[in-house]
Amino acid sequence: MADAKPRVKAPASAAAGEPFAIKTLISHEMESGQRKDGDGNLIPQKIINRFTCDFNGTNVVDMTLSGGVSANPYIEFDAMIDQAGELKFTWYDDDGSVYEDAKTIDLA
Amino acid sequence: MTYTRRDALVVGAGGLAVLAMTRAAWAVTADEAIAEFTGGAAMGEGGITLTAPEIAENGNVVPVEVDAAGAAEILVLAPGNPSATICTVAFGPAAGSQRLSTRIRLAKSQDVTAVAKMADGSFVSTSQPVKVTVGGCGG
Repeated sequence: MADAKPRVKAPASAAAGEPFAIKTLISHEMESGQRKDGDGNLIPQKIINRFTCDFNGTNVVDMTLSGGVSANPYIEFDAMIDQAGELKFTWYDDDGSVYEDAKTIDLA
Repeated sequence: MTYTRRDALVVGAGGLAVLAMTRAAWAVTADEAIAEFTGGAAMGEGGITLTAPEIAENGNVVPVEVDAAGAAEILVLAPGNPSATICTVAFGPAAGSQRLSTRIRLAKSQDVTAVAKMADGSFVSTSQPVKVTVGGCGG
């Protein structure tokens, strides 16, 4: 897949100290490296191997993925903020590509 | 240069050895993955919840959720997969809870396992049996 399209669902505002859910999805085939093509050759692995989410430079989650994660990896987790700022999402591809998305969030 | 039977045998054996090594490299077993994660520390129970469906019709997409309050890092394993490690997740200071929900591939029916490293350095684990109707690792 030439362009992986990241999608993030996060609230526009959140109360300080209240955990809120963030849902992320990125279109990616997550080729596990276990499958064979029609000629019996292994298809080389090509996956998103790492996902991180940061809020104003502070880490929320740092996830290492393997070929055991489904295609179009869906990741849901909770974050908590004490000030307005920006949530930054980064996906790292095996081929060196980096996909990014960001969401601004206000204090409720 | 002409190949003799002996040459062919040597080349063949070398090829097999390489094959065995590469296979071992990616075929990490659950025990190895857990040992690497915990460093051989003792494993406790409780304080970690793994939510997975009892029956997964499609092994390609199995929703799982793991929740371990106070965990620093969580490892999710599928011992029955060709490569057992599914993912590891570390929670930073801005995490609202130590909860992660994702979708994983399962090759066959097995006990999906989660191991959490708590903030105090102790480890807890839990597992949940999942029946898989159609395996999700190609073939």
